[in-house]
Amino acid sequence: MAVPILKQGQYLIATIQSALSDVDLTHLQDALVGQVGKLRSRGVIVDVTALDVMDSYASRTLRDLAHMIRLRGAETVIVGIQPEVAFSMVQLGLTLEGVSTALDLEEALLHLGQKTKRPQQRDKPS
Amino acid sequence: MINQLRVPVNSDSDIVIARQKGRALAEQLGFSSSQLTLIATAISELTRNIVYYAKCGEVILQRDDNGARPGIVVIARDEGPGIEDIERALQKGYSTSGGLGLGLPGVRRIMDEFQIDSALGRGTTVRVKKWKL
Repeated sequence: MAVPILKQGQYLIATIQSALSDVDLTHLQDALVGQVGKLRSRGVIVDVTALDVMDSYASRTLRDLAHMIRLRGAETVIVGIQPEVAFSMVQLGLTLEGVSTALDLEEALLHLGQKTKRPQQRDKPS
Repeated sequence: MINQLRVPVNSDSDIVIARQKGRALAEQLGFSSSQLTLIATAISELTRNIVYYAKCGEVILQRDDNGARPGIVVIARDEGPGIEDIERALQKGYSTSGGLGLGLPGVRRIMDEFQIDSALGRGTTVRVKKWKL
């Protein structure tokens, strides 16, 4: 099942709505890495609230995705890892090293706002 | 109540089907939500190994009231190439597929019982059990 990607200003928001196969995850990765350039996005948010399992493949794909997006000049935040999923990830040794995470969309937007602030975009002094 | 389920495994979408069926069975058996996630994650890893290394096989999910403690048993079976070095396959960080090498050692850690039987050219069977707390 394809994951819809929404453009919200300078950010892309991908909300995973059901369990994803490995192929679906790889498609999401390719789509986001491509769209970031096409739409000149500064940040990407991947909402995984609906994921009930984050296994080694999903973790690796999300980690690689975040690293690729960074190489493209944007930042990624993974949002909504459920408590049981976090528990299971730690047990498995899956740490999403080097990847930003946030509790919810609001926190992620705040985080991206700070991370992607550009000096030339500051408000002009009145 | 269903006591045993067989899930044929032929493609990566069967990974999702196997873990969803396993979670549903474990839920019927009364496992806690964090245990359900561990069980589903273990099934996901074991099923992926079938798809990646053997292409096809099956996952058997069953309730197990025998033995010292009741729980759920997951058997992942294939007739693929087999594992050359089981000891290494169970070591963290070792992978022949370019993966993270966390699958089998991770499954062993999150489940309560773990048995693996593999022979080159004959296939691999992994049997794991999670006890109900």
